[in-house]
Amino acid sequence: MINLKINGLEVKAEEGWTVLETAKFYGLEIPTLCYNEGLSPYGGCRLCLVEIGEGPKAKLVSSCTYPAEEGLIVRTDTKRVIETRKMMIELMLSLAPNSKVIQDLASKFGVTQVRFKIRNEECILCGLCVRMCAEQMDGRAIGFQHRGYKRKISTPFDIRSEECRLCGGCIYICPACQLRCQGPEAETAVCNACLNMDPTCLDHYDDLQCWMYDAGRCGTCVRESKEKSKEQTSKQ
Amino acid sequence: MKAIKKIKTTEDLTQAIQYQIQKRQSEKKPVLTVSAGTCGQARGSLKVIDSLKKAIQKNSLEDKVKIKVTGCHGFCEAEPNIIIQPQDIFYQKVQPKDTEDIASQTIINNEIIDRLLFSDPISKTTVLKENDISFYKKQKRILLGDNALIDPTDIDDYLSVGGYGSLAKVLSEMTPEEVIEIIKQSGLRGRGGAGFPAGYKWEFTRKAKESPKYIICNADEGDPGAYMDRSLLEGNPHRVLEGMIIGAYAVGAEEGTIYVRDEYPLAVKHIFLAIAQAENMGLLGEKILGTDFNFTIHVSKGAGAFVCGEETALIASVEGRIGEPRQRPPFPALKGLWKYPTNINNVETWANVPLIIEKGAGWFSKIGTKGSKGTKIFSLVGKINNTGLVEVPMGITLREVIFEIGGGIPGGKEFKAVQTGGPSGGCLPKNKLDLPIDYEGLTEAGSIMGSGGMIVMDENTCMVDVAKYFLNFLRDESCGKCLSCREGTQRMWEIVTDISEGKGKESDIQFLEQLAQATKDASLCGLGQTAANPVLSTLRYFRDEYIAHVKDKTCPAGVCKNLITYSILEDKCTGCLACIKVCPQEAISGELKKVHVLDQEKCIKCGACFEACQFDAIKIE
Repeated sequence: MINLKINGLEVKAEEGWTVLETAKFYGLEIPTLCYNEGLSPYGGCRLCLVEIGEGPKAKLVSSCTYPAEEGLIVRTDTKRVIETRKMMIELMLSLAPNSKVIQDLASKFGVTQVRFKIRNEECILCGLCVRMCAEQMDGRAIGFQHRGYKRKISTPFDIRSEECRLCGGCIYICPACQLRCQGPEAETAVCNACLNMDPTCLDHYDDLQCWMYDAGRCGTCVRESKEKSKEQTSKQ
Repeated sequence: MKAIKKIKTTEDLTQAIQYQIQKRQSEKKPVLTVSAGTCGQARGSLKVIDSLKKAIQKNSLEDKVKIKVTGCHGFCEAEPNIIIQPQDIFYQKVQPKDTEDIASQTIINNEIIDRLLFSDPISKTTVLKENDISFYKKQKRILLGDNALIDPTDIDDYLSVGGYGSLAKVLSEMTPEEVIEIIKQSGLRGRGGAGFPAGYKWEFTRKAKESPKYIICNADEGDPGAYMDRSLLEGNPHRVLEGMIIGAYAVGAEEGTIYVRDEYPLAVKHIFLAIAQAENMGLLGEKILGTDFNFTIHVSKGAGAFVCGEETALIASVEGRIGEPRQRPPFPALKGLWKYPTNINNVETWANVPLIIEKGAGWFSKIGTKGSKGTKIFSLVGKINNTGLVEVPMGITLREVIFEIGGGIPGGKEFKAVQTGGPSGGCLPKNKLDLPIDYEGLTEAGSIMGSGGMIVMDENTCMVDVAKYFLNFLRDESCGKCLSCREGTQRMWEIVTDISEGKGKESDIQFLEQLAQATKDASLCGLGQTAANPVLSTLRYFRDEYIAHVKDKTCPAGVCKNLITYSILEDKCTGCLACIKVCPQEAISGELKKVHVLDQEKCIKCGACFEACQFDAIKIE
């Protein structure tokens, strides 16, 4: 067993546990977003930050990836942690302001304004879908492309992936893309990877939002979108 | 490639080294050394070599002189240069047309060609010998010095300066533990940026229980304007290999990897050649020099991602995965390449190792300051007279490097700031010029040592613009894994861009500071943790400039286009037409000897008129 201190409390961790797992075991709450028990830890959203160490060498680390170490001193809610966490939520909100998950986080942690220019990307690149596809569905149909500000999630070469079985796992787990997971009318319109005959995304955008490039396979979306656009032009 | 005789024992190696040393000393012919690193080649050294060969043929000197092509000596400003031994004449900025004179006048008649000598910007005198140039005087060139002596494509030439002597010494009389102890005592710290003591790092890997073990040479030098590692690999690749072989013996590794960026074609070529030569000589491979020590080196070519200089991202890249950092611990010393113990050091660190073994830990630790030992190579670039690579003892002040070695700022302009440590370093102002350069000192002042970039800025540099430039680099080079780094750099860049375009609000400065702090705190790897430095250090030392941009909507340095206007001063304009000729917009009109007029509507603020005007008649506001 590994002995460490979280918020002054002496705790014991099993070999191989992370700081987050240890805290959870003891019922200490650390907010998470890109973490999921069924998937490997990623450490991308930086929400589960905790402060480790003391004095000038104290630093913030993501608790979902940091291993529980002997003698480690962890504090989960210092001023530094809270301020940084709020900034992370503000950044997420600026990318996916319509996400219920992120809006809820904002309410919970008192983020009341977004000072950044809003960029409705509906994706915070948390990588949950990528890991879901690879680790739980054994698919590897999607992955990250590019780096830095050009980074995005897509299929290889931006074409339909042979690996995709349209299981919808990526959509199920996504915390950010409101249209893909519930649509504007949650009860009636479940988009479900464009298997739906009437993709809800077309109510909002000119182009189909099918990011798995599946339009060619089931065909419905393409037909729908063309017919819709025809209708619209004839109306005008 | 000429045939290389295999060396089977350490005694044979020592003998081979002695033979080559004597051969060099007994060389009677004059030697013409031409520097042809990447910088030299860019300035035409290959053409100079060609025409030099022809000139020598024409004067029938083929058997009387020897031409030696070396890597970069460091003084890029003077490239391409030729050094003539034994007189030690230093000719700079040699053009192909000069080679005929060199052959006929200097070689045959022993006459010195004055026009090719270096004219020192400080003492205003012409200098005959390379070492008398003020650029070299204050340097301590323990690493770079040999670049001028060695043909990097010839292993024998490396032996002739005593090369591989340290390897012979290590394999014949030292245990791995003793090697580690010497490196620990020497106080050598990693030259890649973070400055972790190399000996301790080696010890961790040595003591790790799992095997096999690996070592890696990090040659993924990605800072804009920095090229120390490139010049070491190009100019003296065997020194790096020797360091790696000694390191592998010390930590118990049988395989090594050199991770070098493919944008360094000459370095890649020289390192492949050096590995092949060392293998043929029996210095790499199985049962090296008759011992039980086996070691091979692979080269892994990087595709030019700045983040792959971070050790865990580098390992991912070598393994064929996306170059993204991962959480440490576990450190590579315990779980590195293929999840086995791995020791990673930078090119310059490895290059120091043979010297420490040869001359002793005491010799090394006498150079430098209390916490930082040895020398450090900086690439001194920007608004500086003597551009080039400078190798200085730790603890030298910034002032000495910039004004004595660097020869000060061109055009009599005022020094404003120096940026150390590459894009994630910080900008230090005038009052920090007397700061001794070492790891701790620079960090305390808000910058970092980094891998050794040093960019000098003059009074015409806008610090907001500088922050914008580095943020633009970082937002592109962030791997994008951490939200804090990917979005932090992007959003900081957006805010700074707004400020530079006059769209900034006063509250932006405080917001920028908060965001910078969050980016620094929240990010996983060194890139993100230092990505805020360009903003934080400019805010710390040049806050006034930010305030001028947001409050008065002016750019004090006259750089940010949206905030400046060009106008013509009537009393100074002589009507020479110079500005009219260069203006791409035809925004300036006027006649000869009459005051010219600038049309603000057409002006795109390119600054061409300002550069062209000889009478200071163009005013920037």
